[in-house]
Amino acid sequence: MPALVEMRQIAKTFGHVAALNGVDFTVHSDEVVGLVGDNGAGKSTLMKILTGVLQPDAGELWFGGRRVHFHSPLDSRHSGIEMVYQDLGLAENLSAIANIFLGREVTQRSGGLRLLNERGMDRLGRQHLEGLQISLPSVAMPVERLSGGQRQSVAIARATAFQSRLVIMDEPAASLAVSEAAKVLALIKRLKGQGVSVILITHRLQDVLDVADRVVVLNRGTKVGDLPRVGTTMEQIVGLIVGKVS
Amino acid sequence: MQFPQVAAARGTLVQRIAPSQAVLGRFGPVFVVLLMMTVLTILQPAYFMTRENLTNVARQISSNAILALGEFVVILTAGIDLSVGSVMGLAMIVLALTVQMGWVPVLALAAALAAGVGVGLVNGLALTRMHLPHPFIATLATLNIARGATYLLSGGVPISGLPRAVRLWGSEDITVFGGTAVTVDFPIAFLIVIGLYVAASVFLTRTKTGRHIYAIGGSPKAAQYAGVNISRNLVLVYVISGALAGVAGMLLAGRVNSGYPTAGTGAELDAIAACIIGGASFFGGRGTAGGVFVGAIIMGLLRNGLNLMNVSVFWQQVCIGLIILLAVYVDVLRRRAMRVET
Repeated sequence: MPALVEMRQIAKTFGHVAALNGVDFTVHSDEVVGLVGDNGAGKSTLMKILTGVLQPDAGELWFGGRRVHFHSPLDSRHSGIEMVYQDLGLAENLSAIANIFLGREVTQRSGGLRLLNERGMDRLGRQHLEGLQISLPSVAMPVERLSGGQRQSVAIARATAFQSRLVIMDEPAASLAVSEAAKVLALIKRLKGQGVSVILITHRLQDVLDVADRVVVLNRGTKVGDLPRVGTTMEQIVGLIVGKVS
Repeated sequence: MQFPQVAAARGTLVQRIAPSQAVLGRFGPVFVVLLMMTVLTILQPAYFMTRENLTNVARQISSNAILALGEFVVILTAGIDLSVGSVMGLAMIVLALTVQMGWVPVLALAAALAAGVGVGLVNGLALTRMHLPHPFIATLATLNIARGATYLLSGGVPISGLPRAVRLWGSEDITVFGGTAVTVDFPIAFLIVIGLYVAASVFLTRTKTGRHIYAIGGSPKAAQYAGVNISRNLVLVYVISGALAGVAGMLLAGRVNSGYPTAGTGAELDAIAACIIGGASFFGGRGTAGGVFVGAIIMGLLRNGLNLMNVSVFWQQVCIGLIILLAVYVDVLRRRAMRVET
């Protein structure tokens, strides 16, 4: 079976600055990959190329065994790639259900008007939340009244609600209390069981060692490490992150 | 997730507190209306509750209620439309002028509506295409342009004498339940108000576009991530606001049987006040059409009550200012209370 994501020899320069010089990056089905590196190492540039926000100067992008060219985030989303943004990307004034379906609302014809099918969305949304074992005090109240961890869960539920195959998470646990962060990490582990692969971008190396199957380290636009979690130590990763690129 | 019993306990606690608060939050302004009506009935027993006075109030608040509705749709997106008062005046003059030029009433009414839609379109495009930094600026510009156009078109003098087909929308009553024990003569203008509010409420809460308008107000970024076309929706809300200001102008023209160039000067502030009293927030994404309706009624009752009490117009202005302060302060307190409990 081909890898879910295969990025081959991706290069990108901004002016005179080489953001990525020939990076190979692979994600398999049902895999959690931790993507780490210092600020400016090229993590977000790589992810922007994967989601179609940026176009690579050189290199190939393969998704699900096929060569793809994503020209916009919409393209990558249609292929099943979702991004959970650091600032969550939730409308604070809307309910969890409304947020999960935002932009993809279920409607029905009634009396010649195309109206929202609230009941249908409520049922599907609850099912989905239950499937991910996310429990909220209420799915109907504005998400601004939920805790940080609960909101993060809603954002993840939103990203996985529509047959997505890959979810990219940017610092999903960064601003959370310890117990809440643990819940979010447990949720990431559960996604694997649902046939969703995850790329986890974070500075919290302990989280990576907790949930990732593999760790990819970038350093100044070059991949300096691609290590299975088993047998990898925090010291090794830190060494690669801060190490001089030869 | 790891402590289901804690989550469950908290869930029931929230559920127990939430309804009473929701009731207070949602119907607080309704209680204010009932309180005001009771006080006015006690203070002016011979006058306030008469049919003449009530239909008069209903007719008087119609234009402001419709302006407020359009303003509300804009405020939902965290925007503001300062031009609605001028647009109302412009629509009124366009209507009176085209009638004077011999247009049939239907076309004259359509021209007035088109004037409103046109200014709304300019507002929306100035914001989304010209990328003016804040709707305050674009609509401040059209406030002046539309008012200037109104003076230019009218030559600065009122144009009076409208045919019945134009007047009746703003001035006549319709008999409902005719022939039964509860026969009531109802101002047509107020029926139009109710119809528009019901339509707007369905649009905002039951359609995809309405949901997106709320989302844009709550978080433009989130809406954009979700693939919502923000520019298109923003243009739409300013067009709705302009169109409703046009309708408000038609009703006002009908009520006073003329078009006068100063009509609607400062009316945008009353519309904004009705929105805020009715629970809308300048930060966007909050409030309901029903709340704004109540807000408009509160404004109308206040003016009527103060008139009946022979309070000077100057003091009325002070009172309305105080009410705005109070309404928003109560809202702040309510939100703070909600924070603590969850």
